[in-house]
Amino acid sequence: MEKQYKTIGEDAWKNNVEKVNAELFIFTYGSLVVQLVKDYEDYAAVNKQLDKMGYNIGVRLVDDIMARTSLERCSGFTATAEVISKVGFKLFLNVAPSVASWSADGKEFSLIVDDNPLNDFCELPPKAVQDGLWYSNVLCGVIRGALEMMQMQTEVEFVRDVLRGDDTSEIRVRLLRMLDEEVPASDD
Amino acid sequence: MATNTQAQTQAQSLMKLDNKASKRSAMLLEQNVSRPRRDRVGLSAFAFLFAEIIRYSQNRVLGIQELEAKLSEVGQRVGVRVFELAMWREKTVHRETRVLQTLVFINTVVWRVLFDKQADSLERSTENDDEYMITDNEPAILKYISVPKEMTSFSPGAFISGIVEAIACCCQCPARVTSHVVPADGLPLRTVILLKFDSEVMDREKQLEASK
Repeated sequence: MEKQYKTIGEDAWKNNVEKVNAELFIFTYGSLVVQLVKDYEDYAAVNKQLDKMGYNIGVRLVDDIMARTSLERCSGFTATAEVISKVGFKLFLNVAPSVASWSADGKEFSLIVDDNPLNDFCELPPKAVQDGLWYSNVLCGVIRGALEMMQMQTEVEFVRDVLRGDDTSEIRVRLLRMLDEEVPASDD
Repeated sequence: MATNTQAQTQAQSLMKLDNKASKRSAMLLEQNVSRPRRDRVGLSAFAFLFAEIIRYSQNRVLGIQELEAKLSEVGQRVGVRVFELAMWREKTVHRETRVLQTLVFINTVVWRVLFDKQADSLERSTENDDEYMITDNEPAILKYISVPKEMTSFSPGAFISGIVEAIACCCQCPARVTSHVVPADGLPLRTVILLKFDSEVMDREKQLEASK
């Protein structure tokens, strides 16, 4: 299964995705974070705003994936995790974080993002580390938003980040409940 | 005594933080920047991010001019970094001080770094000596940004003009840079980046020209 998704992701990346210079993207993200830090002057609020922007992206991004791949409905949450990593991350950021640390009930897993493009060139000032800035928090919002479009309500958060001096970056994804089909909520 | 221990723990936690931070710094410093570490990401990823940046900025401004200024600010921080990297990597260019050379540098090197192609044209304004235009017929990064009807004067290229403004400034040729959508046949997104150089730059040009 894992392999099948890997192939889907790699094929789509190769043949079906328009690309842009990675550094332009990375600098632009960095510039956005700086803007938020300036505007809010509070790192917790920046985390929140990044998550919100990610969510807005996530709810749109599912369509983009569907348009570029021939994915079928996931058989379960395990498959979902693989798709997020091998297809989702792959198509947009050209990396595939590994899926790890499943909880016993199969409702929680971690994405180990060893090579997070957003982190390139980035160094956080000690104050930002101390006050708890999760620089790439936008990713959490993206995952949460995308899963909500697939009728899964989740909690997604960073638990480790190399920018904060941890050995690796880890995003924890927790499935809360399945949603009934309904009209999507307004996005602002 | 209690406060003493408290201060100690605080100092310890700060030191721990500092150690962690310096580990990251050391890692960054060891990275080789002479070639890009990674090549490409998805254009959709950029488009989604850019759309969010526009939406966020829009909520914090009153008019289109302010919105463009805000986007330009985001672009300027990108420009400074792109400039540094481009100077470091391009072996054949050196820091230009003349206006025309600076423009050619932006038109070719910078555009290639950012968008994998040269800009489509570089022209001097026929009306004003201090105005130059760089045109991109199809800016890829603006492809998925659709501007609503009631905002037709808004040019999302303000982000690009911000990049250009920062780079012109880094080249010691400060200019006021604006962006304008000028559609042509089959090229609805054709964007003109207009540079109006500061008067000091033009004065310097004249001096340099005279001393030749």
